[in-house]
Amino acid sequence: MATPKKSRGAGTGSKPGRALSLIVIVMVALVGGMFISGTFTPRLGIDLAGGTSITLQAKTEPGQSKSAINKTNMDTAADIINRRVNGMGVSEAEVQTQGADNIIVNIPRGTNEKQAREQVGTTAQLYFRPVLTMAAGSPTADSSASPSPSASSSGKPTDKATSGSGEKATGSSASATPSSSATSQGRAVTDALKADATPSSSASGDAKASASPSASASASADPATAALQKKFTELDCTDSAARTKVNEGAKPTDTIAACGKDSSGQWAKYILGPSEVNGKDVKKSQAAINQQSGQWVVNMEFTGSGSKKFAATTAKLKDQQQPMNQFAIVLDGDVVSAPSVSSVLSSNAEISGSFNQQSAQDLANVLSYGALPLTFHEQSVTSVTAALGGEQLHAGLIAGAIGLLLVVIYLVVYYRGLSMVALASLLVSGILTYTLMTLLGPAIGFALNLPAVCGAIVAIGITADSFIVFFERIRDEIREGRSVRPAVERAWPRARRTILVSDFVSFLAAAVLYIVTVGKVQGFAFTLGLTTLLDVVVVFLFTKPLMTILARGKFFTGHKWSGLDPKRLGVQPPLRRTRRTAGPVDPKEA
Amino acid sequence: MSKLGNLGAKLYRGEVGYDFIGKRKIWYGVSILITITAILGLTVRGLNMGIEFEGGAVFTTPKTSVSAAQAEKDAEAAAGGHDAVVQKLGTGGLRIQIAGIDTGKSDQIKEDLSKDLGIPSDKINADLVGPSWGETIANKAWQGLAIFMVLVVIYLAIAFEWRMAIAALVALIHDITITVGIYALVGFEVTPGTVIGLLTILGYSLYDTVVVFDSLKEQTKGIEKQTRWTYSDIANRSINSTLVRSINTTVVALLPVAGLLFIGGGFLGAGMLNDISLSLFVGLAAGAYSSIFIATPLVADLKERDPKMKALKKRVLAKRAAAAAKAEAEPAGSVLGHQADGPQAQDEPEDAAPAGAGPRNQPARNRGRGRPSGKRR
Repeated sequence: MATPKKSRGAGTGSKPGRALSLIVIVMVALVGGMFISGTFTPRLGIDLAGGTSITLQAKTEPGQSKSAINKTNMDTAADIINRRVNGMGVSEAEVQTQGADNIIVNIPRGTNEKQAREQVGTTAQLYFRPVLTMAAGSPTADSSASPSPSASSSGKPTDKATSGSGEKATGSSASATPSSSATSQGRAVTDALKADATPSSSASGDAKASASPSASASASADPATAALQKKFTELDCTDSAARTKVNEGAKPTDTIAACGKDSSGQWAKYILGPSEVNGKDVKKSQAAINQQSGQWVVNMEFTGSGSKKFAATTAKLKDQQQPMNQFAIVLDGDVVSAPSVSSVLSSNAEISGSFNQQSAQDLANVLSYGALPLTFHEQSVTSVTAALGGEQLHAGLIAGAIGLLLVVIYLVVYYRGLSMVALASLLVSGILTYTLMTLLGPAIGFALNLPAVCGAIVAIGITADSFIVFFERIRDEIREGRSVRPAVERAWPRARRTILVSDFVSFLAAAVLYIVTVGKVQGFAFTLGLTTLLDVVVVFLFTKPLMTILARGKFFTGHKWSGLDPKRLGVQPPLRRTRRTAGPVDPKEA
Repeated sequence: MSKLGNLGAKLYRGEVGYDFIGKRKIWYGVSILITITAILGLTVRGLNMGIEFEGGAVFTTPKTSVSAAQAEKDAEAAAGGHDAVVQKLGTGGLRIQIAGIDTGKSDQIKEDLSKDLGIPSDKINADLVGPSWGETIANKAWQGLAIFMVLVVIYLAIAFEWRMAIAALVALIHDITITVGIYALVGFEVTPGTVIGLLTILGYSLYDTVVVFDSLKEQTKGIEKQTRWTYSDIANRSINSTLVRSINTTVVALLPVAGLLFIGGGFLGAGMLNDISLSLFVGLAAGAYSSIFIATPLVADLKERDPKMKALKKRVLAKRAAAAAKAEAEPAGSVLGHQADGPQAQDEPEDAAPAGAGPRNQPARNRGRGRPSGKRR
């Protein structure tokens, strides 16, 4: 009878040594992992390490459907913001999407917070602007370049265009045609366009803008034009600060100077007319393989009104002289591409050329990003000094330690010897939690923030609950008159079920919170979920096997301090006597 | 200790026990009263929403000798007419909240404050909060709550049964109502930390409930095959026998939270830790209460509407009447008579639990029990 009892007891019960060594191996592996990765403390969240945390929320523009805010767009946005933030020399800045429409930018201490915020907070904007003038990218080149503007007579028309279009400008449209624009304008795109005679998207100045060139000459006198001309002449595209600065404060309706790289990677600069078609007019953009040529191309599809604007623009542009038959695709002030137009285009455009899959997708992403106007909106900017976060952490740790101490005292007083098992289990659980949190830092970017610390402290209670369920079960069995060994084995299956069911509910709550919520709540939910899982692991692989082994020893079979002493559990002598006879029979079969 | 152990044993055996089910109407009443109070508090007083929900900026300064009143004056002057709330922190620092200001304004106020308070501006911590942030958190929280409730009801309906799922849901809503009500009545500030704490109660409040239900499910297996106890009797016994467990788990869960709340919060003043632990504390306590006084009695109530259970109750009552009649003549016989049909039934409902009713004859029961119960596993 003794044998069936053991094998029934539970899988873990029969070979407690195995389970125990398994968990020891796991712990050793985790600690070893810490040595290998060289991290010994959990990565601290921005609130504990200090820095700036910016929460951006995507907003749909009026008239835009909510579906514009989707995962792909959010990821693209995060990617672009990431490039921006890390592009300004910030190391370790994190950009994460959170929830459906939030992007969290965490910038560690020691960076220029103001600059960071400016960069991050600026929404990426996509405009299609007519090219009025272009030149090589450096100021030296200007002298030579400037003639071209004049030749093109663009400078002035611009002004008119500007003023005139100022009010209406938004309506402007762009059209693209690949053309053999001789220039050094666009990058790959341009090439694509050039290489391929097929129509491709192009932006054109809005009606007025493009129309105006003729009138242009007069306008040159305008001080604004002169200023712009000066700006243009002095602009050195090789200097990134200058590039950023030149468009500062420019509105879509302004005529601007901008830089862009051509296909060979050389900088070129442009004077661009007011935006005629903007990102909102692009319905979608996709990288694809052109069936005929077998090459990667980027397809753009315009919205209804976008198509009209685009058609109108291309119609105007196609008859212009080089370089004014070009339109520039301007993303955040930089000219991404400046294809020229040779025919009227409307709803669809294809940009073809020497793309590979990556570059085509990149461009498509850029276009899509602009196309779906994920305007971001600073939801909260939090600058946290390490000192304050540190203080809170400190307080949290003290409180946690005191809380733990109280739990320990309670357990020792109430469960006596058994509490040692509970404490050992808590210790194992603590080691696992700590090493996992440390390792998850480099692995998945887990950062311990304050709510997570709070979650970990609260988890002490959850973990201890499982032991209590198990211990109370054992004590119940002993109350029914069983001796310790069968009591442990018999209590386990029931305790196991209770623990699993209730841990599942806890885990479900944590998982739902993790998936649904954002930011701090998410960190908290993650910690809770993690500790709940670890709780199950510890109870199965440590507490239960340990109990099985201890139940074989003498201490737990009846020592009055063991916490399982029948007398102290209130087993009534008469009851006990009768049980004893029945006891051995019972547990085996149960 | 041994006294507690004895109490535990008595509770377990059902020798002592509180008639939770029998007095459920009282507890329902108490709960309804609390709920009404909570709702009243919510509608009349409303929640004291934190700045995260209203928008504005929070400045935290390091230790300073400037008094809160002085700082408030300075802050209001700097903010140009906006009200400022200034709290002294446990660290000696100040926490200054100004609602309804934006980025540019906050930088300027920070500079002004730095001058007025004589603290270098880089030591002043500025949190700029848009109202939509709190809104987002709250909306997500509601969404999470709804999803969780649906999932947990499905899960409990499968793992246990629909009645228990409903009772658990009612208990959960009850807990949340109480917690929110206390916030409204006491006027604690609602911050994202509060929301986090409230959401945690989701899983935790159900933990105790699930433990009781698990015991209930186990003990009511084969209930129809016996005529000794009604469903309510067993439910009551379940509560009593898991009472020690529930108390222990609640105490152990509350201890670290209390540590966070009273010690962490006490030393350092308000902060996210404090906000989370406060709502957890209230919620956990409410959760323990509801699992004992609301969830299980509700299950019993629902269950006793089931025709089968009704029939059982009739049988049991009839049997008890008969037994009582017989008992006058031959008390022991009736008990043994039950024993005869006991074997088929689960051991637990059969023999383990005299809910304080009916004659008991322990030795006899024990003898009858060992063998049949072996069948189970």
